[in-house]
Amino acid sequence: MRSVVAVLALLVLVACGSPAAAPSAERSLILATTTSTQDSGLLDDLLPAFTADTGWQVKTVAVGSGQAIELGRRGEADVLLVHSPDAEKKFVAEGTAGRRLLVMHNDFVLVGPPADPAGIRGTGVADAMTRIARSGAVFVSRGDDSGTAAREKALWQQAGVTPGGEWYQETGQGMGATLRVAAEKAGYTLSDRATYLSQSAGLTLLNEGDPGLLNVYHVIEMTTKAGNRVQPEAGAAFADWITGPAAQQRIGEFGRAQFAQPLFVPDAGKPEPVP
Amino acid sequence: MDVLLDGFVQAVQLLLGGDAATWAITGLTLRISLTATVIAAIVGVPLGAAVALTSFRGRRVVLAAANTGMGLPPVVVGLFVTVLLWRSGPLGAFGLLYTPTAMIIAQAVIATPIVVALVAAAVQQVDPDFLVQMQGLGATRGRALAALFGEARLPLLAAAMAAFGAVVSEVGAAQMVGGNLAGETRVLTTAAVLATSRGEFALAIAFGLILLMIAFAVNLVLTLVGQRQAVPSR
Repeated sequence: MRSVVAVLALLVLVACGSPAAAPSAERSLILATTTSTQDSGLLDDLLPAFTADTGWQVKTVAVGSGQAIELGRRGEADVLLVHSPDAEKKFVAEGTAGRRLLVMHNDFVLVGPPADPAGIRGTGVADAMTRIARSGAVFVSRGDDSGTAAREKALWQQAGVTPGGEWYQETGQGMGATLRVAAEKAGYTLSDRATYLSQSAGLTLLNEGDPGLLNVYHVIEMTTKAGNRVQPEAGAAFADWITGPAAQQRIGEFGRAQFAQPLFVPDAGKPEPVP
Repeated sequence: MDVLLDGFVQAVQLLLGGDAATWAITGLTLRISLTATVIAAIVGVPLGAAVALTSFRGRRVVLAAANTGMGLPPVVVGLFVTVLLWRSGPLGAFGLLYTPTAMIIAQAVIATPIVVALVAAAVQQVDPDFLVQMQGLGATRGRALAALFGEARLPLLAAAMAAFGAVVSEVGAAQMVGGNLAGETRVLTTAAVLATSRGEFALAIAFGLILLMIAFAVNLVLTLVGQRQAVPSR
């Protein structure tokens, strides 16, 4: 019995004595964003600079764009960095958000097995989607509420295809996991270029460049209309910073050394692209 | 297969090479899961003993509930705690979401039913007349209880180990209430998931191996303590 107490006491000591986690920062904001900005490593590059410049610590919640917008709607985040333009416009129209500013873009790419059984190389994207559906080759979808899944749905709609059946499979997981599933099943999938470049998983880039594949990221600052604990000044600080010259230059440089091409193109202050 | 070997090599390199971030993640993992286990023990041991030693209406229902709770899915607990800690939730004013404290709360909730159920089982295994006999021998109620716990110490330690094992290895609640913030709430399991989603499989395996090592170290200490006493001194 005594030794049981001793062990418990020891555990308490270990628990209390181990390196304390960073004390909750003086000022911290919650950023709800998409998995692609985290999985590509962009945020690891940007956020320390933001904290150094402004003094705001950032708590990043990396989820799909749909969930990020939902967190904003509930007042659980101070600022959003997302890539689902149609959903964003609807959300901003609800009136709880502040400014919505263009930050950067890259593009979506259709990737698949090197043999390309559906023959989508070099076709328009609507044509490519139709060919995949007709060929019966496996298409692996994110199947979540992410910006990528939203775009994929829009592309099917443009092609006049209602996806479903054995050839259409949904992972409900992030982009990296979905790419790996597609590779294992020798299937096609739609990916943002940044994630595809950082983990191609043996798939080949087959279709790119169509205007319908543009992938645009906006920052949306939240206001207290969404919830009384929202910190509008924090959201504004982040939105101002990420659209400012220093952050925009970092975005343009990011990934250049590793992939010989930038993963994102800075766009702040440019006119809204028309997809 | 190379990935497994690479993972092993990386685990050794990260630990022996004194990688500060890895050590911080490992320390935080221990701090959170041990604290949660201790809280679960403080709440669960008296509760489990009470359920085992007293009789009241609905006692079996409580036992069944504790036994069910042993399989409480961490994701469900994480979701539940997240909703409570949301800015708009009942505990939102404390600003606890995405902090180690939130992770300790969630893991304590996961661990407590395990402690209750296993402690109740351990205490029930001791001869039901034990307490009566001890008191008949002139022991006070407190001394009799202490002797009872001494008698059941091995299963009690097993309860602590099971609770620790459950929380140190769970990822669902840690991810949801902690948010996997670098340097703040990133623990070994969430770090392994992130490394996987980034395609850094060897690193993910390295984190997994480190997790195994610390779980083994904690259980080794507990087992040595328990067994040292179990062998009667001659």
